Amino acid sequence: MNVTINGAAHELPSGATVAQAVRKLTETRSGVAVAVNDEVVSRGAWDSTALAEADRVEVLTAVQGG
Amino acid sequence: MDDLIIGGEKFSSRLIMGTGGAPSLEVLDAALAASGTELTTVAMRRLDPSARGSVLDVLRARGIKVLPNTAGCFTAGEAVLTARLAREALETDWVKLEVISDERTLLPDPIETFDAAERLVADGFTVLPYIGDDPALARRLEQAGCAAVMPLGAPIGSGLGIRNPHNIELIVEAAGVPVILDAGIGTASDAALAMELGCDAVLLATAVTRAQRPELMAEAMRSAVRAGRAARLAGRIPRRRYAEASSPMNP
Repeated sequence: MNVTINGAAHELPSGATVAQAVRKLTETRSGVAVAVNDEVVSRGAWDSTALAEADRVEVLTAVQGG
Repeated sequence: MDDLIIGGEKFSSRLIMGTGGAPSLEVLDAALAASGTELTTVAMRRLDPSARGSVLDVLRARGIKVLPNTAGCFTAGEAVLTARLAREALETDWVKLEVISDERTLLPDPIETFDAAERLVADGFTVLPYIGDDPALARRLEQAGCAAVMPLGAPIGSGLGIRNPHNIELIVEAAGVPVILDAGIGTASDAALAMELGCDAVLLATAVTRAQRPELMAEAMRSAVRAGRAARLAGRIPRRRYAEASSPMNP
């Protein structure tokens, strides 16, 4: 299954969850938020939310700004 | 105590800091400490696995409340999504709403900002919108339920100071929520002027983070905000065209 994580193509096993996508980038959970196809997936739902082919996953955190 | 109250929360410092532009987290940390700030903005960006240290760790260690912004958003839809992601990541429903119209001026887009503000207020956010120095828009945003309004002094990062002090005074006169002068501050006198005009607080970043000595400038801003606030409360003398003797004229 091919998904996009922060703009880069990734291959994940079929039925992979949001949590697995996040682990491609980081082991940290705090201070991190995820949107799949522009919808926020709350942290508590990462393990139970399955991704689908061509999903766009955005993994964000706070950086210096403003 | 002369506290600043935003959305029911009390702050003893009236200097709100941004974190953009600092050469390192160490320099930022020293500047934040010197500024005495209790509320500081961060931006939301794609997680970079190679990044070392986090601005969040710096703020947490100092006990500074984090104020996520929606910098980089051009539409209400982008700003609402960014605010929701920030709420999820940072566990705060506060947001500095920033929707810009173009990259050259970074001026706020009033239509998109208002649209996003209405949606975020309805979604339970404490919304602090960054706007032009427009008294009519400020009033509409207050009526829409924003917790503060943040008019600019001049474009972001320009250091041009307060280009239209008259409009800032008009916003202050009409506002029932805190007015926070945001953007354009170049040096300490600009921050003092904002407070003298009646603003409740000042938000600045670049003036400190890109100063030659950020920590010292942060200290200067802290003093300037305090001095300007005290002068506002003290009530300045009227301006006169001619002299008025301060010593008795009769021998």
